[in-house]
Formats: sequence, C-alpha cells, structure tokens
Amino acid sequence: MTDLPQGPASRRIDRAGLVIAFALAALAAVLVWDSRQLQTTTMYGMGPEAMPVVIAVGLGLLAIGNLIDALRGNLPPRESADPRAVWLILGGLALLIAIIGLGGGFILATSALFVTTSAAFGRRAILADSAIALVMTTLIYLAFDRLLTLSLPTGPLERLL
Amino acid sequence: METFAALAHGMAVAVQPMNLLYALIGVFLGTAVGVLPGIGPALTVALLLPVTYKLDPGGSLIMFAGIYYGGMYGGSTTAILINTPGESASMATALEGNKMAKAGRGGPALATSAIGSFVAGTIATIGLAFLAPWLVDFAVRFGPEDYFALMCVAFITVSATFGDSPVRGLTSLFIGLTLGLIGIDKLTGQARLAFGIPELLDGVEVTTLAVGLFALGEALYVASRRHHTEEKIEPVRGSLWMTREDWKRSWKPWLRGTMFGFPIGALPAGGAEIPTFLSYSTEKRLTKHPEEFGKGAIEGVAGPEAANNASAAGTLVPLLTLGLPTSATAAMMLAGFQQYGLNPGPLLFAERPDLVWGLIASLFIANVMLLVLNLPLVGLWVKLLAIPQPWLYAGILVFATMGTIAAKPSVVELSMLAAFGVLGFLMRRFDFPIAPVVVGLILGPIAESQLRRALAISLGDPIVLLQSPMSATLLGIALVALLAPFVLKGLGRFRASED
Repeated sequence: MTDLPQGPASRRIDRAGLVIAFALAALAAVLVWDSRQLQTTTMYGMGPEAMPVVIAVGLGLLAIGNLIDALRGNLPPRESADPRAVWLILGGLALLIAIIGLGGGFILATSALFVTTSAAFGRRAILADSAIALVMTTLIYLAFDRLLTLSLPTGPLERLL
Repeated sequence: METFAALAHGMAVAVQPMNLLYALIGVFLGTAVGVLPGIGPALTVALLLPVTYKLDPGGSLIMFAGIYYGGMYGGSTTAILINTPGESASMATALEGNKMAKAGRGGPALATSAIGSFVAGTIATIGLAFLAPWLVDFAVRFGPEDYFALMCVAFITVSATFGDSPVRGLTSLFIGLTLGLIGIDKLTGQARLAFGIPELLDGVEVTTLAVGLFALGEALYVASRRHHTEEKIEPVRGSLWMTREDWKRSWKPWLRGTMFGFPIGALPAGGAEIPTFLSYSTEKRLTKHPEEFGKGAIEGVAGPEAANNASAAGTLVPLLTLGLPTSATAAMMLAGFQQYGLNPGPLLFAERPDLVWGLIASLFIANVMLLVLNLPLVGLWVKLLAIPQPWLYAGILVFATMGTIAAKPSVVELSMLAAFGVLGFLMRRFDFPIAPVVVGLILGPIAESQLRRALAISLGDPIVLLQSPMSATLLGIALVALLAPFVLKGLGRFRASED
C-alpha cells in the first residue's frame, strides 16, 4: 500500500490490479484443491464438493475480468495513502490479540488499541489518551460484568476490581 | 381486513412497556450512530448481536428495526451539516442540504428531512403491512428451486446491476460466497475450507465479518487518507421551523420520494441510492425554482430523504416475507433473526404472528419517537459531531473489538477480525463494494441448501430449475440483470452522472 500509482486513472498497466487478479485465481485454486478431499456420499443431486467448484469457476472468471481491467488501466483513481496510520492501527490490533492471548485481560488489550488508533489519527498525547482509555474500558468492563452478566476476559487489572 | 386485525394485535404487543423501551433504545442508538461519521446501522446491529443473544427475541428485533430507521434519520443530519454522508443513501441529501446549511437555512433543511422521513416512513410502513400478507400467501407456494432462483436475482442485483463496475461487484459477492463455504457442510457433516483449524468448523461469524469490514476497514481507510480531507461542521443557524412556503414546497417531494423509495426498496434491487437519486433528479426537473438547485433548494432535501426512508421500510418486505436481505443492514437483521433460531419467511408469519406483527407495529412507534428525537433534540446530535476524530475512531474500534472479545475471546477469532479489517480497507481503497460480501456470506449457504434440496427432490435432474414457471422466470430476470450492465454501459454510470 506504499508505492501505488497515484493520480487519475492512466491507461497504463495497474500493478495492484494484477495482484488482485492473481489473488482471486489463487483463491479459486484453493477451493478446487480443498473440494477434492471431500467425499461424494450423496446418491442424487449435488454433493458438498459441487458448490466450491462452481464458486471457483466464478472466481476464475472474475480473475480474468479483473486482469483485463488492470491491463487496460481501468481501475478507479486512488489517492495517496498514509502507511504510517494504517500500520499503527494494525499494530494496535496485534497488541490487542497478543494481550488477550497471553491473558492480559480486556482492559489492557482494548486500551492498547485505543491509544494506537488515537495516535494513528494524529494525537500525540499518549499519557492523556492512556488515562482516558483505561477509565473508559474499565467502565465498559464493569457494565458488561455487572449489568449484562456477560464475561469478558480477565487479567491482572480485572482481578483488582 | 385480516391485516387490520393482525396490525391491531401487533400494536398490543408493541406498546408493552418493555418493547417500548427496546424501541426507544433502538431509535436512540440508531440516531447516534447515524450521526457519527464512520458507523452505520449495519455495523451497529453487528456490534449489538453478541450482546443481545441473551435478551428476548421480540424486543431485540424491535430494537434492531429502531436502529435501522434511526440510522436513516441520523445520517441525514451528518449529510446536511458536514457534507460527509455517513452512507451512500444520504449522498443525494448532502447535495442540496449542505448548501442550505451554508446559506444559514440548516434548520429548515433538518426539519424537512425529519418530517419527510416521518411521512415517508409511515406511508411505507403501511405499505409493508398491506403488502406483506399478500406476498406471504404467494410465497407459501414457493418450492426450493423458486427460492434458489430468487436468491440468484438478489445476488446479481445487489452486486452487479447497479454498481459502478459489475466485475468488481461480482468479485465482492464471490468473496462473500467463498467465506460462506467455510465450515461443516450441514448435509454431509464434512468440513470445507477449515484447514484443520477447529475454530473454522463453525463457519465465519457474520458479526465478525461485518465488524471487520465496516468498523476496522472504515477506520483504517479514514486514517490512511486523513491528510486529504478537512471536515467542517456547519452550525445550525436560523429557525428550526419551516415557513409556510417551505411546507408548500416540501409536501409533494415527500410523497413523490415515497413513491420512488418504497417499490424500489421492496424489489430485491439493493440499496437506497437509486431511489434517492431518482427523486433528486425528478425534483430538479419539476421544481418551480430551478435557479435554487445547486445553491440549496429545499425540494432537493425533502424528496431524497423521503425516498431514503421509504426504501428502508421497503427493504423489510423481502426480508420479512421471503427471508431475503437486499442491503447490508437487512443482512445483519437476518443474522439477528437467525441468532434466535428464527427464519423470516411465510412460516414465521404463521408460527410467530405476535413477533412479526409486533415488529411491524413498532415501526410506527419508532417513527413517532424519531420525529420527537430529531426535531427538538437536534442540538444534542450536533454535539456528537464535535467529538475529536482520534477519540471517535479509537472509541469505535474499542466497541468494535469488544463484541468479538465478548462472544469468542480466541486468538483465531480476533485474527480473523483483523484480517477482515484489512480486507475492508483494501476493498475501500480499490473501490470494491462492501455490502455484497456480507450478503454473499449470509445468503450463500441458504441458496446452496435450497439448490441441493431442489436437486434431491428431482433425483438430480437440473431441469427442475426450469420446469417451475416461477423459477424459470426469476432465473431469466437474473440473467438479464447480469448482462444488462455489460450491454448498457450507461446503467452503471448512473451515479457518476448525477454529481
């Protein structure tokens, strides 16, 4: 998402479009490969392997359609994107998954996501945002735990409450 | 007369205090998220699904319907005041509405859109109440092959016929259909596309997909192009009330907008964009003040807003009577029904009339509540627009991930959520429509099981699809709808030519 062609659609080959077409073709291949391990047990009509093949054919045709669009440079124009903001949010999501996976609990996990997202949107006050995030997620945790009686993952902070 | 009795019975259900409370929560949340840029009604229902599965089904569905209607009202406020329509259905409103706000007539613009939404929503809900039983009588005779053919029509119209590019629309649809294959095949018990991961055996959760695509995808996209846009909130100046002249210029567009919105919404034709733009161009042609168009003509707000709300009610017709969602929000509502083991369609009208008619009756109440919430309280909603963007999107992501964390706090499920977020970002970046993915995921497995049932009954003979006149006609319509955008290039450019 960094070195994409910018400006209005040119009549040049669009590299991102080629990647999309290739990804669709690969997905179609996965569908066909996966459907071959299914056993046909149905006496009449369609077994479970028929629909994946039909969808794979569709994906194959669409890969060709997207390829034609890419070769003709027919993709809609794109504006430049800020990769830093995208990676910050994705980093926040990775932190969230890691904290939940390691048993760090709901409050820490979602606070991490809050702070990184806020930074991605241009805020620089990490300490203030962390405080806001901790208060907000603690309130959400309490509301879920006490009012809705739904359990959210607990970590060191949740056990103190 | 059956309808009146059923509706009266439904009204008795809807006015129960708990159901009134659910409706109020629904319209309140719906308006709030409609006003906030970046979250629409589909996402709100998706976020609430994991939280509400313990609640009473009737009440939750009334709440979801309130969110749907409320989102339509709230979206117009954003469109008028900051010219960034929250959803595509409000794009037509933004054209004249934002000009009116800039000219200091924001108050009347908000008023005509709220009152027009009320008029259209009420008329269209009456239409729903009378059309639904008729369609149910018709739909009980549908065989599995007819349902399959009907779903083919919905697939094509939602993805290919009215979008900018049929190839990109169909690509979105097929991504959704592929995701729908994941998990255990219900007829034979074999796992498809699970790759030995136990979490995938249950299939992809609709909520995980919708939250990933809508919330994460939107946040990533807005963050990536933050440096391009600067939003400016127009303060609401001038009286909130419409003058006699405003009323005179508004009432006809309201009714015409309703006439466009309801039938087009009720057909499985997808989206509220078409009726809103049809209404906009009609008002532009019929107006006595052509010089005002482009500078803030009240007809250009009144008509599209009415069309928008009427089509929302129209979308409920195929959803309730046939189980056929034709928009992302309707797909999420179908997921809401499924969460309680309910399948919308003719059987639901027969088995749970209290639930269906209670839901329809509550739509009238929701409309009244929305009128009250939106006219005197508009200042409150405007304050929501003042939340700084970093906190707004950070908060949205916390709420978005919270639903998945509450339902399934596993690393696999959260990774899927993140992956769908990246998918949603890339699809926005490369201009692929999002709604067909959700419709494909939720409708794909149903279409497959209907087709397999039809073929099992016919002992494997595919001619059954053409022997039923209904199914043959519908498949013919699907084929025409698929080929039309390729033949008539103008149809796809419909939207581009309007602005």
